[in-house]
Amino acid sequence: MSAELQNHLADEVAIQITNMNKWYGDFHVLRDINLTVQRGERIVIAGPSGSGKSTMIRCINRLEEHQKGQIVVDGTELSSDLKNIDKIRREVGMCFQHFNLFPHLTILENCTLAPMWVRKTPKKEAEELAMHFLEKVKIPDQANKYPGMLSGGQQQRVAIARSLCMQPRIMLFDEPTSALDPEMIKEVLDTMVTLADEGMTMLCVTHEMGFARQVADRVIFMDQGQIVEQNEPEEFFNNPKSDRTKLFLSQILGH
Amino acid sequence: MKNSKSVAFVREGMIDQQPAPASQIGAVRWLKDNLFSSVLNSILTIISLLVIFWVLSGIVPWMFGGVWNASSLSECRDILNERYGNTHYACWAVLTERWQQLLFGFYPAEEIWRAVVAFVLMLVAIAPVLFESVPRKLLWVTIAFPFLMVWLVWGGPIWGPLLVALGFVLFYVSYVVLERKSSTLLALIGSLVIGLVWWMFCVGPLSEALGSALPIGDLERVESRVLGGFMICVIIGLSGIALSLPIGLILALGRQSNLWVVKAICVGFIEFIRGVPLITLLFTASLLLNYFLPPGTAFDLTLRVIIMVTLFSSAYMAEVIRGGLAALPKGQYEAADALGLDYWQSQRLIIMPQALKISIPGIVNTFIGLFKDTTLVMFIGIFDMLGLSNAIRANSAWNGINWELYIFIGLVFWICCFSMSQYSQWLERKLRTGHH
Amino acid sequence: MTTMIDPPKAAGFHISQLLYDTRYRSMTIQVIVFLLVMGLGAYLLNNTIINLAAADKDIDFGFLGNRAGYDINQLLIPYSSDSTHWRATIVGLLNTLLVAFLGCILATIIGVVAGVLRLSKNWLTAKIMSFYVESFRNIPVLLWILAFFAVLSEMDRKPRSFRGEDAVNNMWLWDSVAVTNRGTYIPAPIWGDGSALVVITFLLSLLGIWAYGKWSHRRFEATGQILPNFWYKLGIFIVPSLAVFFLLGRPIALSIPEIKGFNFSGGLHIRNSLLALWLALSFYTGSFIAEIVRSGILAISKGQTEAAAALGLRPSRTMNLVILPQALRIIIPPLISQYLNLTKNSSLALAVGYMDLRSTLGGTTLNTTGRELECMLLMMMVYLAVSLTISTFMNVYNNSVKLKER
Ligand SMILES: Nc1ncnc2c1ncn2[C@@H]1O[C@H](COP(=O)(O)OP(=O)(O)O)[C@@H](O)[C@H]1O
Ligand SMILES: [Mg+2]
Repeated sequence: MSAELQNHLADEVAIQITNMNKWYGDFHVLRDINLTVQRGERIVIAGPSGSGKSTMIRCINRLEEHQKGQIVVDGTELSSDLKNIDKIRREVGMCFQHFNLFPHLTILENCTLAPMWVRKTPKKEAEELAMHFLEKVKIPDQANKYPGMLSGGQQQRVAIARSLCMQPRIMLFDEPTSALDPEMIKEVLDTMVTLADEGMTMLCVTHEMGFARQVADRVIFMDQGQIVEQNEPEEFFNNPKSDRTKLFLSQILGH
Repeated sequence: MKNSKSVAFVREGMIDQQPAPASQIGAVRWLKDNLFSSVLNSILTIISLLVIFWVLSGIVPWMFGGVWNASSLSECRDILNERYGNTHYACWAVLTERWQQLLFGFYPAEEIWRAVVAFVLMLVAIAPVLFESVPRKLLWVTIAFPFLMVWLVWGGPIWGPLLVALGFVLFYVSYVVLERKSSTLLALIGSLVIGLVWWMFCVGPLSEALGSALPIGDLERVESRVLGGFMICVIIGLSGIALSLPIGLILALGRQSNLWVVKAICVGFIEFIRGVPLITLLFTASLLLNYFLPPGTAFDLTLRVIIMVTLFSSAYMAEVIRGGLAALPKGQYEAADALGLDYWQSQRLIIMPQALKISIPGIVNTFIGLFKDTTLVMFIGIFDMLGLSNAIRANSAWNGINWELYIFIGLVFWICCFSMSQYSQWLERKLRTGHH
Repeated sequence: MTTMIDPPKAAGFHISQLLYDTRYRSMTIQVIVFLLVMGLGAYLLNNTIINLAAADKDIDFGFLGNRAGYDINQLLIPYSSDSTHWRATIVGLLNTLLVAFLGCILATIIGVVAGVLRLSKNWLTAKIMSFYVESFRNIPVLLWILAFFAVLSEMDRKPRSFRGEDAVNNMWLWDSVAVTNRGTYIPAPIWGDGSALVVITFLLSLLGIWAYGKWSHRRFEATGQILPNFWYKLGIFIVPSLAVFFLLGRPIALSIPEIKGFNFSGGLHIRNSLLALWLALSFYTGSFIAEIVRSGILAISKGQTEAAAALGLRPSRTMNLVILPQALRIIIPPLISQYLNLTKNSSLALAVGYMDLRSTLGGTTLNTTGRELECMLLMMMVYLAVSLTISTFMNVYNNSVKLKER
């Protein structure tokens, strides 16, 4: 490969996971994960509970440490080098199942915290930025409330805005809607769809199959710490290849 | 006539509220429910009444028949003999004569206003920490209070405390500046060095120079050894708690950390301190501390005691804060990590504000314990209230008086500790029901 | 296309990796902390050595083997002023342990009673108990020790007043206990020949009660029959020991205190110092235990009582089978830490002149030998050992409870 081509490709590749393995004690959670995510690609990860979905995406921003193999994010290898870790965490935003907003800070402060302390953005600028993203998730009027006063759906949208304030190039979602009441799921999914439409690179662990069909470029099915199948959504849902996938889909869509 | 077979029913007039039968309301009901609901209960009530009667009949006449004006115990007894024909009554006169000493020790009488001002300032300074509804502006008093207290209580020109305070400003400013340039840890170390240099090498000469050039606010100096009574308990307790907070915080973090050397050191320290009685540490302060310091350093016993008390309470504080840390969900750490905050930033901005808030009731309880323990200083020759009660008894005028002094001391402690524990319970209830 | 980017080469070791590489960073920090702490330790040690040299002293525990030369007024093991300092230390430690042990027992009794009564439906009793708890908790224990000591030594019960036909004061409990302002006299056992057998029988019957409990429980599980356990256990408790006692011709006698001249003789003399310390520590700690017990019961009882009642359990069974086992789980850990506090607070014996570890090793021995450093060090280590032993028991208990929970 010529150096030029390699650079070009590197620019196109957002995340490159090669032969990644991880153990908890002697429990082999992730086994030989290989995954390449192109810039702008939207990927949905599904799989039964305990199959290692969370662990995998948490390895991408080093909330968990992998033991073998290689993870390269935005051309930076995730190693034990703190500088690289910091750099990657700035590029990668993450939303959690339980929102994890900071309850002692207002919505606005939640959003300005990281830009001010990590990116050293001046306060005024950070606030403008925060308001911009809060408008985008459609809750600018709640800016001075505390997280405890908001509904679950609103909290999750704040969490998305908070990640966006770091202006990440990649967003990770770990079951963002599974702690929400049904009527709130839609508002969060709508926000995610908007994000997807703007070309954000996204990795979503979710069981919202409607969302997967609508925006995903690729669906990945994991089981027992391995990637069992991946395909385009139409193919994946209509024509699953693996027995495990079929079983999973029948359980999740069956009723 | 209604058709008795029909099940349909329409009420024509509403029934007004009727008074309940006498057995269901008022004093009768209350007595029945709370005092005589069963045979056992009635027996308990009677026993309780007997106990109350027995105690009160012994104490009430003694208390209220007491003498308030006399200059010695024998004079007091003479008055009582004259009045009642016996001396089975209190002699409160000792308090009339010595209350100032019990509260302020041997603090010079004409300077006592300073101690009072410091005490009032202390209440103002603590208010915003304890109650959220108090205006936040008062926090400035809180910050200024330690320096004001040292100046007011010990006297001397105001420059010393002012320059020390300036050192903190310097420390903070350099921290902020360095933090913008480098990492939090480096900034902390750098500004600490700057602060230390200022405190160790600049404050002394500067305050002397300024003191002779501009003798502003030059209060008369008061020696540590005349401090005593209630005042010394407050000073030791308050400085112990305030100083132990940062140390306890670091110990708690160390105990939680996964660096095993750090962890082992912190656990060792905490368990050692919690394993030995405070009195052995106080004796260490009075007997041994001079062995551990460079030859020739001799400093104030009060200061030595404060150091020991600080070490002592920091171990307990560490455990309280550790409880607060453990109560935080793991998600808070993860979110901070995911946003790219480093360890110190996430501790300072995310973890500590929440953990400390949960810990306030525990901290107050630690303080109550420490405050009661300050009575132990009497064993190493500091005249707290109990020490003074011995001194008063040693005076031939009051030889043999016990209860009046004990009751006064007990009451002072009770008022302080009871109100603090009520506060901490109130706060606990509030934290349990509060939203954020 | 497996790899699109070459892995950035792990290009040797770089000095900055010490700080910026997670693998080395923790090492670096630990080494720095270790060095700092060691440095501090070395500094203090160095100062100590210099100071000791200047004072012409050394560190030597040999003095523990020398003659103590002072008397101790309460002895659990033989000791005289000719015994060694080491022996004096042991005597002091035993006295500390004695008051701590007695205190823990009485404090538990007081605490449980007060805690339960504070929950009583009787308004008056509950209020009295609140008054007790709040007044003892919020006043320093040192003050309580002094107050109890003052009560005991100022009461108008001089031994002399027990004398003669028209005595002002009387002994209690069928003339066997004398409470005077010089201390309390109680009957003491005199161990005759064969008393060991009686004691052994008694211990065996305790074992028997335990074994019987196991057996009857198994029987209950197998057949569903509930035996009148209490009476059977009481029988096992009393009958064998009494039988052996009388069969051997009453080998254990009692020495009853008697007024002889101006003082009592015979029986066991409990000094006011021990009594005051014991009572003050017990009532003080009892007030904390009362709170622990109360909140433990409150935490469990709400829903559980109703659930148990809905299952048809009688109230007394509910308490025994449902509430107590769960409440104990909450109560025991803070209870043990109260025992720890009581043990440490026993060092306040100083205030009333009770000869505990601090008064022998940390008091007279320290003053007469001038070996502050050694005495303090040894004393702290002993207290630490006692505390660690108690908290080890706590951890063992806690873990066993946790195991059952899983
Ligand atoms: N900290 C941990 N220690 C040990 N095992 C863990 C830990 N976290 C997760 N696991 C295990 O790893 C497996 C994968 O977990 P996870 O990635 O959370 O699954 P998913 O998100 O797909 O439900 C599960 O079996 C879980 O029990
Ligand atoms: Mg998961």
